[in-house]
Amino acid sequence: MELRLEGVSHCYGDVEVIRNIDLSIPKGRIVCIVGPSGCGKSTLLRFLGGLERPTSGTVSQVGEPPADSINPLTYVFQDFALLPWRTVEGNISLILSDHGVPKKRADEIISDVLARTKLSDFRKALPKQLSGGMKQRVAIARALAVNPAVLLMDEPLSALDSQTRELLMDDLVDLWTRSPFTAVYVTHNLAEAVRLGHQIVVLSRRPGKINEVVEIDTPLADRSATDPELERTQQHLWALMRAEAEAADMELIDD
Amino acid sequence: MTDIATQTPDVRPVEFRGGGFRPSSPRWVGALVFVLLIAFLEWGTRAGFISSLTVPRPSDVFLTLWDLAASGALWTNLAPSLMRLLVGGTIGATVGIAVGVMIGLFSFARAGLVPLVAAIFPIPKIALLPLFVIWFGIDEASKYALIAFGTFTPTVVSTYGAVDNVDRSLIRMGQSFGLRWSTVVFRIVLPGAMPGILSGLRVSLAIAIILLVAAEMLGAEHGIGAYILQAGSLYDLERLFAGVTILSLLGVLLSAAVGAVEKHVLGWRT
Ligand SMILES: Nc1ncnc2c1ncn2[C@@H]1O[C@H](COP(=O)(O)OP(=O)(O)O)[C@@H](O)[C@H]1O
Ligand SMILES: [Mg+2]
Repeated sequence: MELRLEGVSHCYGDVEVIRNIDLSIPKGRIVCIVGPSGCGKSTLLRFLGGLERPTSGTVSQVGEPPADSINPLTYVFQDFALLPWRTVEGNISLILSDHGVPKKRADEIISDVLARTKLSDFRKALPKQLSGGMKQRVAIARALAVNPAVLLMDEPLSALDSQTRELLMDDLVDLWTRSPFTAVYVTHNLAEAVRLGHQIVVLSRRPGKINEVVEIDTPLADRSATDPELERTQQHLWALMRAEAEAADMELIDD
Repeated sequence: MTDIATQTPDVRPVEFRGGGFRPSSPRWVGALVFVLLIAFLEWGTRAGFISSLTVPRPSDVFLTLWDLAASGALWTNLAPSLMRLLVGGTIGATVGIAVGVMIGLFSFARAGLVPLVAAIFPIPKIALLPLFVIWFGIDEASKYALIAFGTFTPTVVSTYGAVDNVDRSLIRMGQSFGLRWSTVVFRIVLPGAMPGILSGLRVSLAIAIILLVAAEMLGAEHGIGAYILQAGSLYDLERLFAGVTILSLLGVLLSAAVGAVEKHVLGWRT
């Protein structure tokens, strides 16, 4: 299944947030969306998953999601959004049981996703007992459990410290290499974008428009933090964003 | 800065400026306050600088309580009072939580009921006693109604406040996973509002005890409130204080019960 945005524009009141965006999310690839803060990245992601409707333009899904997909468009949030009163297992089982997955099958799914995210030992832990990195792993495990057609990730690593971020990036690359998934990955961190993106969409400052789309052909598994090619791409992205970020920073907040 | 080499610098510890503003409550302090106060009254009434007309002697109050318990009168008065608290409080709290959740969830309920609740809240429910008697008769029903009505409004207000305070990102998460509406309400909104609901319940239960006495002003043969009122009209201060002590203890017990529930249900809080 693919996702497609056509002529999407959006205003909150009289503040224009997004202007005329055309974008398609190809199957089995990770599309990174970067842009200065406030340019409408999260808003765009909410359109993609149907949590909000744009003022104009269409958001469509092309093709059927896999038959065994429980929740085709699934989010991973920056603030994890784990229910603090449920255990790791409980956070996942809530969703499976609500979608009518039988208990036994749900247990199998939970064991599988916890193993894939290295959480098997934490099945009965409460969120308050986990570090930030662990919490985001749980959120990723929960997203994988519903077998999404497209993962929608909103700055999933932004609340974590830089070491944890490195580790989780490696884990995401591992997960993708073992079984490629489709994802839209919003971030303001260019290092993350060049590590994880097959395609990087650079947005301008508000109102967000597509400035440029950069393709990176190096396979995810072969990318290292010191790769000169990636370094160059990152420099190029920064050159594109720098002026925008500066201008966005100087803007008066009047909304 | 030129004299560093010639003068030995003055070394002293950095002055501590943190601390305070973080009350913790060691249990014994609370008990100590009670003990000291009672000891003082006992001493004062015995020494004579507090007249026994002002405040009864604590030991006399204790003896009265003892007699009350020994004669079985304690139970004949306590049982109906507890029943009234239980029935009235349960009705008030249940309906209050239900209405509060509706106000928290539905725009129409909010628009329609918030002003109504704001209008009802400040009415002294005691003033409506005659009305309740007309509606529900002089028997138990009017007493239940008074207590239920009195606990209802504070419960509504604290409940919808608690629902409003549930982390919106959790609700968005539930929607993004395509959870059913009922699952979002019962598995996300209600547990998330539980801390606020329980702390509101503490206030509501205290109000229920206050209203118990008011309810028993009307044709109650037995009951702690009736007992206090009787003693009061006779200026029998020992019995009056014995009754008041029972109410206080009841308040402490109810508050402790809510505390125990909180500890059990809200263990997930950091
Ligand atoms: N629900 C909303 N109502 C009004 N304005 C909003 C709302 N959500 C976001 N905005 C505004 O839209 C702009 C883009 O927000 P967002 O998509 O969160 O940006 P980003 O994720 O790129 O930092 C910001 O200026 C923000 O203040
Ligand atoms: Mg954002």
